[in-house]
Amino acid sequence: MDRSLAGLTQRRARRSEPVQRENALIEITELYKFYGEQRAVGPLSAKIERGEIVGLLGLNGAGKTTTLRILSCDLLPSSGTVVVDGDDVVERPDAVRAKIGYLPDTPPLYPEMTVRAYLRFVAALRGVAPAQLAAAVVDAARQTGLEAKLDDTIETLSHGYRQRVGIAQAIVHRPALVVLDEPIAGLDPVQIMEMRELIRGLRGAHTVLLSSHILSEISETCDRLFVLKDGAIVAQGTEAELSAALLGGMRVEVQVRGDADLPRLLAELAEVTEVRAAGTPEPGVHAWTVHARQDVRERLCQELVRAGVPLVGLSRGERELEAIFERLVTAPAATAPTRPEPGVAALGEAS
Amino acid sequence: MSRALLIARRELAATLSSRLGATIIAGALLVDGLYFYWFGLSERKLSAEVLQSFFYGVSGTTMIAGLLLAMRLIAEERQLGTMTLLNTAPLRDRDIVLGKFLSALTMLALLTVLTAYMPALIFVNGKVSVGHIVVGYVGVLLLGAATIALGLLGSALARSQVMALVIGALLLVPLVLLWGLARASDPPLNAVLARLAIHHDNFRPFMQGILELDRALYYLALTAFLLLASTKVLEARRWR
Repeated sequence: MDRSLAGLTQRRARRSEPVQRENALIEITELYKFYGEQRAVGPLSAKIERGEIVGLLGLNGAGKTTTLRILSCDLLPSSGTVVVDGDDVVERPDAVRAKIGYLPDTPPLYPEMTVRAYLRFVAALRGVAPAQLAAAVVDAARQTGLEAKLDDTIETLSHGYRQRVGIAQAIVHRPALVVLDEPIAGLDPVQIMEMRELIRGLRGAHTVLLSSHILSEISETCDRLFVLKDGAIVAQGTEAELSAALLGGMRVEVQVRGDADLPRLLAELAEVTEVRAAGTPEPGVHAWTVHARQDVRERLCQELVRAGVPLVGLSRGERELEAIFERLVTAPAATAPTRPEPGVAALGEAS
Repeated sequence: MSRALLIARRELAATLSSRLGATIIAGALLVDGLYFYWFGLSERKLSAEVLQSFFYGVSGTTMIAGLLLAMRLIAEERQLGTMTLLNTAPLRDRDIVLGKFLSALTMLALLTVLTAYMPALIFVNGKVSVGHIVVGYVGVLLLGAATIALGLLGSALARSQVMALVIGALLLVPLVLLWGLARASDPPLNAVLARLAIHHDNFRPFMQGILELDRALYYLALTAFLLLASTKVLEARRWR
């Protein structure tokens, strides 16, 4: 067979069949996105496992939204591959779209529709069978706490409820992957807490990828973090892993009632490097700062309870996460890669 | 196709419930009625001439209504941020374009049906054939379809509804004025320009109750070309 013909046949075969499925739900390889000559994303490679809640953390303009839009098939990459559940976003966008629920930074809502009519429309658009539409709508409304608002017109809803409708439309077709872009932006503190609970409630049924520039949101909600800077991942891992790698350990703040001698009590813990008194926040309560090589919160708790010390509070250092974030995003930028050579960026041309 | 119909149904419901949709229909009906009264009934004419005059007037309001109905189709989705919803749903760009087009065409058909009392008056009180009325309306709908497709292209290109209307008008006016250019040109260019003009030579036979297949094909081809162009615009935006 002619070589070029063989190549064409192979490419067609690749397009018609899903890529071999692995355990990772998302595989991003050497992804780049350029707006003109401006590099918005890249080089970016990452894997996300099924069932994880993963956070994309970065300052405004770090490339979070562009990455999520590519993942949701709203935007085409300049080069590189993004595979979702075995399907490439360029080769099989329809297959990918059917598996994804996407909430952009502004919820895509039709103000004149009722919540029920809107969710029904979105579910039908995303391929839910007509017989299952009503059940899908009720289920999504239940998960997002919208049962009482189903017959309200969207334009009459508060910002918090609109955000819930945004999440409901992202999960109404029960996708494998839910992508949320800045889901708590503009919410008040009570709504933020409710939204965190809502997102945590998606665990198990969906893999969740969310973006934010607010560190506390990411750390409270996600299992794993990707820190983005200038379109590239500068760090990834769990909160504790990042802390250990970047700050050389973890700082834990402990409050105990009475005058227990914590340095002596914790001397046997090999992970603990330093224990320092940190004042008396309230009468009879002493605060201590414990430095450790890794996450020792559980061990500390066990040791103190075993020693009969009245434990009032135990938490990781308040400024620690901020210190990690600051260190990552303010570090001098690496040399910005130029646009890949035409041969490398052939993905778009091939499609 | 089913998802295009889904989009069309939602869009149609939104237009029918909006003040803009009602205003466009009411305004077009008012202008049609006044035009019919002043230019159709105010002087002694043959019934067929009155009917021609009616279709001439309706063709003008149809073009304007077509542009007004089409301006919001995609530009409004962008303004609301709901274009992302359509872009990330498992459907093709051509489904979006087709759904939007069908919704506006249905609105225009509704408007056209509401003008039927005027030819009915001529039919009852004068002497015109049903064929003349039917062919005239076919011409109006074909012209309307082409105008909507043109406005839809403007809407696909623009970020706001006002810009969509401006772009649509900038595309429509030269297509109408090609007729004047044809009169000022020498053969064989004048024949080509006259054939390409969206209204004059191509619409006149319908007005007169003559169904010419090549004129109908012109409108269908123009509509298909413009819808394809809108689809390509949406596809190209994904590369940006």
